[in-house]
Amino acid sequence: MELNQYKTADVLKGLMIHALLMAVTLTCLFPLFWMARSALMTNETIFADKSLIPSIVEFGNFRTAWVEGNFATYFLNSIFYTAAVVIGIILVASLAAYAFSRLNFPGKNFFFYMFILAMMIPLPGSFVPLVVLMNKLHLVNTRLGYILCMINVGLSVSILLLKTFFDKIPTDLEDTARIDGCGPLRIWWHVALPVARPAVAVIVIFNSLNVWNEFILANLILTDDALMTLQAGLFKFQGPNLANYPVLMAGLTISTVPVLLIYLIMQKHIIKGLSSGEIV
Amino acid sequence: MRNSSRTLSYFQNFLFIAPALAIFAVFYVFPFFYIFKLSLFEWNGISPTMIFVGLENFKELMGDGVWWGAMGHAAYITLIALVFQNALAFALALACDREIRLKNFYRVIFFIPPILSEVVVGFIWRWVLNPQQQGGEYIGLLNYFLSKIGLVHLANNWLSNPETALTCIAVVHSWKGFGWGFVMLLAGLQTIDKELYEAAKVDGAGYWRTFLNVTVPLMIPVILVVIILTILGSMQVFVLIMSMVGQGLEFEAEVPVTRILEAMMSTKRYGYACSMGVTFGFILILVSLAFKKLLDRAKQA
Repeated sequence: MELNQYKTADVLKGLMIHALLMAVTLTCLFPLFWMARSALMTNETIFADKSLIPSIVEFGNFRTAWVEGNFATYFLNSIFYTAAVVIGIILVASLAAYAFSRLNFPGKNFFFYMFILAMMIPLPGSFVPLVVLMNKLHLVNTRLGYILCMINVGLSVSILLLKTFFDKIPTDLEDTARIDGCGPLRIWWHVALPVARPAVAVIVIFNSLNVWNEFILANLILTDDALMTLQAGLFKFQGPNLANYPVLMAGLTISTVPVLLIYLIMQKHIIKGLSSGEIV
Repeated sequence: MRNSSRTLSYFQNFLFIAPALAIFAVFYVFPFFYIFKLSLFEWNGISPTMIFVGLENFKELMGDGVWWGAMGHAAYITLIALVFQNALAFALALACDREIRLKNFYRVIFFIPPILSEVVVGFIWRWVLNPQQQGGEYIGLLNYFLSKIGLVHLANNWLSNPETALTCIAVVHSWKGFGWGFVMLLAGLQTIDKELYEAAKVDGAGYWRTFLNVTVPLMIPVILVVIILTILGSMQVFVLIMSMVGQGLEFEAEVPVTRILEAMMSTKRYGYACSMGVTFGFILILVSLAFKKLLDRAKQA
């Protein structure tokens, strides 16, 4: 009798916990569902029809966004920036992290702590000097300017992450390579970088998301429509009273699908990277 | 001879950090110092003449009600995020830190809002919160829902009503952010040795006693990290606001970063924008340092 009571209480508790978790799950997913659903409606039906699955499904909004909204250009730009920035960060950060971990030179600690301390300085504070400087260097409204700027944004954390990783792995392989006559540069490329693959994976994922989702620097640095990113392009749909909801929702969907796909494929690495406290 | 070969190898080694250092010097170090200089001038960003005004910009900023109002708004958003978002994150982490089904499913889902862009999140919620009516029906989902369940008197102009705008922004911000805290807190909970719970049980401690005497003390370092990240993230929120409320902001939804952008892009007062940047950065760094100190103390204990 008593045992049974405990069991019922346990089952009830389990049900309540699942009810809470499910409710939160719903609030996480519903807005995305509502976005995709609204993207499939027409300007006439979107205001009147509140059903979950629209009676008339309209795919034309995606074409409108893609062709007339210039999303084809923005999409390719965003892919290009994301790839270029991530490759840049991996090369530049891993070179530096390898040197901080393995090589010797004067001022090593000073420079390392400089990179680490910089993580504390909030970026929005220095928009003005950054833009003024980029203007002077003629980097405003250039792909190179935006790419360099975004490499800088991800640099400190990536250096810290990779240095911590290099510090933990044994030097045996590198010693063997050195005996075989490899210089530090070849060891970095052929030994250290391949070994650091888990840390590199975390850096690739988080920086890809960061660049893909970045809005304000793109908005400040790039003015030419042909250079614009997806996130900045989304604001173009925003008229005085947000006239065209279905096309805006189609644009949002286009910019979100790649993120969701990458996340679902890579989620193990993401959760692992977060849980190990490597990314903060 | 040996000396010069060592110098050469130092130089070669230094080349490894040279690319990072170059980018860093141009895009971080230089702006960091340049902002102090610019903050002492009155300058519209284009004109060749910059008028030196000393500390006038800072003096003006100290008495700038809109700026400190914006700071208050950011503090309000931060406070809601600290309480609401982190309480939710902790509760969900506790719920998942046990043998339950679908644990990984929940973990994957809860981290979806954090990976979305602020622009996307802002526009979706703006659509859900839309206050307009057409043909006697609300077109925004929330007002429509309220009118259908007989709570039509609660239907509201959510984002332009000064009484609700900030709270709506704070709630959406918390919605977007709780997944971070959840994942980090859950990771922290899972490092706690399960034998400690068993021992507490043997000692006759109930769930709450165990929670307060075992779980919380061991979680303090993780909790502090989550708190500091919440503060820094929430004080700097602005893209979400721009997409939810629009770029021509009303004062009630202004935050420090939108003030900086406004001074930069609309009123063209670059020096004043820099004095805001310096003040804002200084406050955030102070907060970070204070928490770093707390964290070091907690780790020692």
